Amino acid sequence: MIKKRLFMQKMCFSFLRMAVLINGAALAVILYFILSRGWRAISWEFLTQAPRDSMTAGGILPCIVGTISLCLITTFVALPIGVASAIYLNEYATQGKLVRIIRLGINNLAGVPSIVFGLFGLAFFCIVLKMGVSVAAGGLTLGIMTLPVIIGASEEALKSVPNTYREASLAMGATKWQTIRRVILPVAFPGIITGSILGLSRAAGETAPIMYTGAVFFTPDLPTSIFDEVMALPYHIYVLATAGTNIEATRHLQYGTALVLIVLVLGMNLFAIILRSKMRKKLRI
Amino acid sequence: MKRQIIDKGVHSTFLLIALFSIAALSLIMVFLFIEGIPIFDQITIKEFVFGQYWYPTDDPTAFGILALILGSVYVTILSGMMAIPLGIMTAVYLAEIAPPKVAEIVKPIVELMASIPSVVIGFFGMVIVAPFIQKLFNIPVGLNMFNASLMLAFMAVPTICSISEDAIFSVPVAVKEASFALGATHFETIAKVIIPASLSGICTAIILGLSRAIGETMVVLMAAGGAAMIPGSFFDPVRPLPASIAAEMAEAPFRSEHYHALFAIGIVLFLFTLIFNLFADYLSHKFRQVGEASL
Amino acid sequence: MNKFSKLILALIVSMVIASSQVFGGELDIKGSTTVLPIAQKAAEAYMAQNPGVKISLSGGGSGNGIKAIIDGTADIGNASRFIKQKEVNLAGSKNVYPVPFRIALDAIVPIVNSQNKVKDLTRAQLKDIYLGKIKDWKEVGGTPGKIIVISRDSSSGTFGVWKELVMEKDRVIPSALTVPSNGGVVQAVTTTPGAIGYVGLGYLNHDIKAVKVDGIEGSEANTLNGSFPISRGLFMFTKGWPEGEIMDFISFILSRKGQDLVKEAGSIPLF
Repeated sequence: MIKKRLFMQKMCFSFLRMAVLINGAALAVILYFILSRGWRAISWEFLTQAPRDSMTAGGILPCIVGTISLCLITTFVALPIGVASAIYLNEYATQGKLVRIIRLGINNLAGVPSIVFGLFGLAFFCIVLKMGVSVAAGGLTLGIMTLPVIIGASEEALKSVPNTYREASLAMGATKWQTIRRVILPVAFPGIITGSILGLSRAAGETAPIMYTGAVFFTPDLPTSIFDEVMALPYHIYVLATAGTNIEATRHLQYGTALVLIVLVLGMNLFAIILRSKMRKKLRI
Repeated sequence: MKRQIIDKGVHSTFLLIALFSIAALSLIMVFLFIEGIPIFDQITIKEFVFGQYWYPTDDPTAFGILALILGSVYVTILSGMMAIPLGIMTAVYLAEIAPPKVAEIVKPIVELMASIPSVVIGFFGMVIVAPFIQKLFNIPVGLNMFNASLMLAFMAVPTICSISEDAIFSVPVAVKEASFALGATHFETIAKVIIPASLSGICTAIILGLSRAIGETMVVLMAAGGAAMIPGSFFDPVRPLPASIAAEMAEAPFRSEHYHALFAIGIVLFLFTLIFNLFADYLSHKFRQVGEASL
Repeated sequence: MNKFSKLILALIVSMVIASSQVFGGELDIKGSTTVLPIAQKAAEAYMAQNPGVKISLSGGGSGNGIKAIIDGTADIGNASRFIKQKEVNLAGSKNVYPVPFRIALDAIVPIVNSQNKVKDLTRAQLKDIYLGKIKDWKEVGGTPGKIIVISRDSSSGTFGVWKELVMEKDRVIPSALTVPSNGGVVQAVTTTPGAIGYVGLGYLNHDIKAVKVDGIEGSEANTLNGSFPISRGLFMFTKGWPEGEIMDFISFILSRKGQDLVKEAGSIPLF
């Protein structure tokens, strides 16, 4: 009897392992194809030059710069607002209706489809605020989209600060704001930064929100102001793969661009993790 | 005294900033409605939602989005059928049976899956998966509902997995130990005690995962084929709601009927995800796991 | 923390400084994907000649190009069709006078997979295929097999011309695959054995097979002499009579050198 039950257990556990393997295999297949076909396109020229010959040759520098500048604007928007919101929710707010509503708002904001952010950005930033298609409009759209992620990450970091720290500081006569600024924030900072970079890395890979708000098909010169339109890595992949003049001939460029985007996104993730461990060490001393 | 005034000021400043998310959400709604409602001067809501034909630029125009809604719903259900078992099984494995060293490898894999940009997944579906399934199933087109669902499933697995893992993990150890003490095997404990105990969390995970799938744009834009028809089989091309918006927005003249219709699609999509999220929120609050007492 | 905030400050300052710099001419060009290759070639050559000028290009279809001119969000609007009466009225209501420049000619050629045996289709047959009345290749003399209809997104200029000249305003079947660009149609037809699509002449290549229409091959000569039935002019629209940089750019395209680039981009030069 128990043998049969244990056999059952063994069988079901191997199903679970299989599920994990399927996930791993799927990821491996995607990464394999992008890596093996993308690396051939990568060269110094590819990374440092503008596209040439109707985007069938040359590099993707404008896309890299465009994506980074969109990310910078996103940071300026989402980081301060996100961290401040998290501070309010974790340090000031008491459980109540208002907090419940704010949380509901954040959760729902997190669930809004990316293309709807794009529509909103187009209607609000580009048209009503007259920014046109620009880094500013695209970055703001991405910023609002990233906000819930940053709030979540910052709250997580603030929660991990032991309550004894707060109590000790308050007991010494510090006000709440002094406690937050001098005690809690420095301790929570590594966690906040890590979480925020993870959120930003997602923003860097988004296409739908910037299609109508920040990115264009082709503009070989680098942006000189936040009101310029830019090329962006994710949109460039989409454009090359669906709307290029010769889609087959630029296949290697598409893989190359996808590889650069993945490296950028994963690189940001890795950077965040390293930063976290470094800062933790520093704080312990 | 002065410090206290500053403190009060800081408090209200933070409150104001915290309200920003609500403001943003409301602004999004307001703009969707401002730009989307005018289409209903031309047609009724019923005609819009249940109309079979989507010919936004023909003369006369037809703005029926039933095919698009069904496209979205089918793609989401199909991807759910793949992603829900995979996600939950992985979560159970991670939370219950993975040795710590294996979990240390599997967790980053799931995180990595979540961090791959959607456009890359759509590109992969279009370039690698489409020709592959075209040959494998001997079907005329590789860009179809099945392809898009497969790619969407890949994106929904991490969401489902990580939220269910949290839920499973938070089942009190005492409950588990009680089950062992009664002579249940590990698997029986998982199936009869742990999963029922974390069911509300798992449901939340499923809903949020599906909500992500229904709103995902680039994958369905690149891999679904884009035919605005009610699909008859897994291998028919479809044109889900987000794909229609993304493909046509750039070409719709500003504040034309077509432009308003696309914003109205945005409203429908927004409502879909809003309902999903409110439901998930309701579930997680109503059946919140608070220690053993809640079981 | 301090270092980080300094970094952020430095970035803000540098961006503000950067944004206040004034640069030479800037040209925004939007619109039809058919005109895009021409505009891109011309833009590259023009920027090489005039290093101070910065040109941005985006696609989005003819409707978008003309809309951009009317809204003032672009300097040049590309269109693969002439302006519609509706658009003229809209422009009039905003006191904008769009000026068309015909910069090239183009033929829209039906294409099939390279393995397909069908060589010639009449316009009536094409129409029936796109209406969904003809469903199998054997009905038009090919090897039996389901016809996969590939069409373009509804607001593309190519689609507009196709609808007018082939469909005679009837609706394309909903089950048609829609693809966002000429290149996308070529790509889809290349990989799908039973597919039929239509593209601008410039997009023909060896991976696909062009089909004759009413017995006439889609070519430069047949378009210029008017015998190929599905052809059109390609336009650039400006807001009022162009001046300065915009005028220079248009004149460049209409020059001998510009027209050579039109040919290089795969369209038919005017002279």
